[in-house]
Amino acid sequence: MPKSVNLIVDNVRVTVPEGTLVVDAAKRAGIDIPVFCYHPKMEPVGMCRQCLVEIGRPMFDRATGQPVLEADGSPKMQFMPKLETACTNPVSEGMVVLTATDKAKAGQKEILELLLTNHPLDCPICDKGGECPLQNLTMGHGPDASRFLFDEKQRQPKHVALGDLIFLDRERCIQCARCIRFQDKIAGEPVLGFYSRGRATDIVTFSEPGFDSIFSGNTTDICPVGALTTADFRFGARPWELKNAASVCTHCPVGCNLTFNVRREVKSGGGYVIKRALPRQNEQVNEIWLCDKGRFASYHYTELMGTFHAEDASRLSADASEFDARISRAAEKLSAAKSEALILAGGRLANEDLFNLKQLAGSLGAKIRFYTPMGGGEYTTRLGLSAGSNLGALGKGDTILVVASDLYNEAPLWFLRVKAAAQRGATLILATARATKLDEFATFVVRYPYGDEVETIKGLVGREKIGAALAAGSAGNLVVFYGSDGLGLQGSADLAAECASLLDGRASKANNGLVGVWSTPNAQGAWELGLSPADDGNLASELKGKTVYIVAADPAGDDPRLAEALQSAKSVIVQDILTTETTRLAEIVLPAAAYTEREGTYTSGERRVQRFYPAVPARPGTRPDFSITAAIAKKCGLELEARSALLVMNKLAASETAFAGLSYDRLSQVGDQWPEVGQGNLYYGGTSYQNTQGLGAHLSLATAAPVSSTASGKRPALKETELRFAKLIAVPVTKLYDQGTTMTPAALLNSHVGDASVSIHPAAAQKIGLSNGGQAVIKLNGVESEVKIRFDESIPASVVLVYRSFGLPISGPCAVEILANQTISADSKA
Amino acid sequence: MRLVEPFLEMIGGLKTTLFTIFEKPVTVQYPEEKRQVSKRYRGRHELKRYDNGLEKCIGCALCAAACPADAIFVESSENTDAQRYSPGERYASTYEINMLRCIYCGFCEDACPTEAIVLGDNYELTFTDRRDAIYTKDMLIVPAPKGGAPTPQVTQPGQFTRSVPAMQDPQD
Repeated sequence: MPKSVNLIVDNVRVTVPEGTLVVDAAKRAGIDIPVFCYHPKMEPVGMCRQCLVEIGRPMFDRATGQPVLEADGSPKMQFMPKLETACTNPVSEGMVVLTATDKAKAGQKEILELLLTNHPLDCPICDKGGECPLQNLTMGHGPDASRFLFDEKQRQPKHVALGDLIFLDRERCIQCARCIRFQDKIAGEPVLGFYSRGRATDIVTFSEPGFDSIFSGNTTDICPVGALTTADFRFGARPWELKNAASVCTHCPVGCNLTFNVRREVKSGGGYVIKRALPRQNEQVNEIWLCDKGRFASYHYTELMGTFHAEDASRLSADASEFDARISRAAEKLSAAKSEALILAGGRLANEDLFNLKQLAGSLGAKIRFYTPMGGGEYTTRLGLSAGSNLGALGKGDTILVVASDLYNEAPLWFLRVKAAAQRGATLILATARATKLDEFATFVVRYPYGDEVETIKGLVGREKIGAALAAGSAGNLVVFYGSDGLGLQGSADLAAECASLLDGRASKANNGLVGVWSTPNAQGAWELGLSPADDGNLASELKGKTVYIVAADPAGDDPRLAEALQSAKSVIVQDILTTETTRLAEIVLPAAAYTEREGTYTSGERRVQRFYPAVPARPGTRPDFSITAAIAKKCGLELEARSALLVMNKLAASETAFAGLSYDRLSQVGDQWPEVGQGNLYYGGTSYQNTQGLGAHLSLATAAPVSSTASGKRPALKETELRFAKLIAVPVTKLYDQGTTMTPAALLNSHVGDASVSIHPAAAQKIGLSNGGQAVIKLNGVESEVKIRFDESIPASVVLVYRSFGLPISGPCAVEILANQTISADSKA
Repeated sequence: MRLVEPFLEMIGGLKTTLFTIFEKPVTVQYPEEKRQVSKRYRGRHELKRYDNGLEKCIGCALCAAACPADAIFVESSENTDAQRYSPGERYASTYEINMLRCIYCGFCEDACPTEAIVLGDNYELTFTDRRDAIYTKDMLIVPAPKGGAPTPQVTQPGQFTRSVPAMQDPQD
């Protein structure tokens, strides 16, 4: 524990840890010192000079070292002749800080007057107007008139596109460097900088393409003026017109808390529309940040709901009786099939939906399978993170192991948090087959050929330094992230089994555990409910002749072989939020409400259950997944909870041990969080939303030993399987901006997605005669597709990286053939 | 005496009437004849234009924020030089006032940073349907003045970069 220091701020006694800055000490006492450049998440720079205060320190006699006392016996204070910045001065014992004296007020006022000399004061058209620290602080501390001449203001370009997501208004910038410092220190992508000096100082980007960072949106949150604004919200609405709805991001297993801003719009026919997504503070999950995928692509797909209806107009209508008829038909088919039915559930479903599906399957005696490309959940439920865990608490003495995962692309916020932990002194061991963005922050980087994941983990313990960091006896915490970079369902399950052995005996401790880097928001929830995965190898044969009830999964779109298998199924019932390849094959389509239109909970990869709230009304003709399932179950003679997600959660908590003790009430509880953001603290922490809707709660750990349905225990390395005869092996990897169903509607990010491409080592490519950027035909699992070739020298020469969710059928490592300079003829396409 | 007294009392009672006969009449033959409203009369709103025809309204929605009756609805979009509605970057793509809600307080005028919305002298507002009471932008905006072009206009880059013009303090 650091020493605590006592000081007095404006006659309020404050006790804070040693090293705290005066501005933070005052904030903790509820006293606001105006700041622009200072941000509690970053080191101070003292650039804007706004936080001027009077600071007095006790006087000491130089000869004796004793404090000098006043006549009344109180210590004599020595004030500096000039004002000091509260953001750069750490507290000291006995310090007296005066923030509201005439001298301090005059200093703050003059700084504001100076900052405003060049500011255009175009608040009426500024997107920040209404939630702008400069506006607020000018009202609170600024002068009512300027002594500078309006005509002498500098005129600068007002619409400078730093990248395609972020616009800069050069006139409004007050050169606080918050954005530059965020990119340098927090995001680790230093792509912004100052150019020129003095009044000509300008924010520039020196990356190609401009502002090439996946965390760029956060700079607009912490920008204290309207200089940086996002492209998606340009002139979208005034902040005070927006309604808020708390939600959770669904793009990756991190479960970032966010708030949707909703407004009714004439442009959209008078309906409610989500105008933007802003981070919602949860210091244990996403702090106050959000990645660009979450910010710019988390809600657009609901706009496609319209096309869902148009395309299936013959089969879908807003008519409730039509919906009921469809449910009756689905129920008939399922109850006729009984154990011959197969339920396939996707990881986008909320805990409540999965619970109802599981009960339905149980009563029918049917199989329920979790449709996932990655396995190993049996281990994360037993050895995952438990209550009290917080990646933000990891630091010196702790160890983080990241295996077979490119966190930057698979879970950007975990990348930020793991990077920050490593910078705080945690030992970061990175075991991946190729170079990733996390390499430069890792303490140890271990490279292995694709296929040797399990062997590599086995070998880690034997290494001198790495072994010591991983040793079970060490006092520090150990968190293991494992992913599916180059691995399929079985490979990742094997890897999880091996990683689990590292955690034996310590997982019950907080901040110790195994974390799966899943591809869906609620994969962990599906595992916690005990769903077993659909084995990608057998799924096609399993589907044949069955009555299949597919919920929130698109097997036909992922793999043409599964599409074929579905055609040979007895009947196919599909429940989804959008039109997919699978709904096109379906006999009965049940349109479900998207997560922005309903309530529910997701379980994050860190095993934290979090609530999401409805942001917009459900489109006519759709219902929440749990209630569709319950309606079907009712027709099959099983009474399930259909009324509200809250009631389903109550039942879920009563019957599943992992969820015991959870309720919506418990999940909605909030506690004090630091730094303070939003509302009256815009100037301090930025425009991220204050969390008033719940921080969520951890699940309790399963105690039974895991019985893996997929991990074989002693799986041979890739080179010992039949793949050893293959010249080239394709491995699936994840790219942040992919062509996923929920991603493509976000038009703003389309240019970042690009065409379907594969990465290959130049040496291997030249053998086949491929050129960088050229087209080629790739033959994967018997399916030919056209792809763009990209050279990458950082990957092994024997593999081809195939990106998931680009329409290429790959679920695990497989043999691949690449035919250069060819296109698929029209005949074979058909 | 008895005969004269009631007669005098009647004259006394009719005094006001008799005087008024010789005064200028105040009755106005509405609707054939209309009375001049006062200079600061607050009637139906108008959206003004600059002399060159560009709209003064920049879609800032401050009028909607100031409106105590929540009668105004604004949506804004971005100007381009190829399609310019107003000076600066932003213009109102939707502007609606619900005249049944409006209480003609004039706060919108006060809030407007460009003097775009002005309460005019039109008080003849009758509706047979609630929907008719919603005035849209094309009903509110005044026609382009002589010498000015209607919007959208094609303008030179860099010509109209300021949304809020430098203005005199209101004289009246």
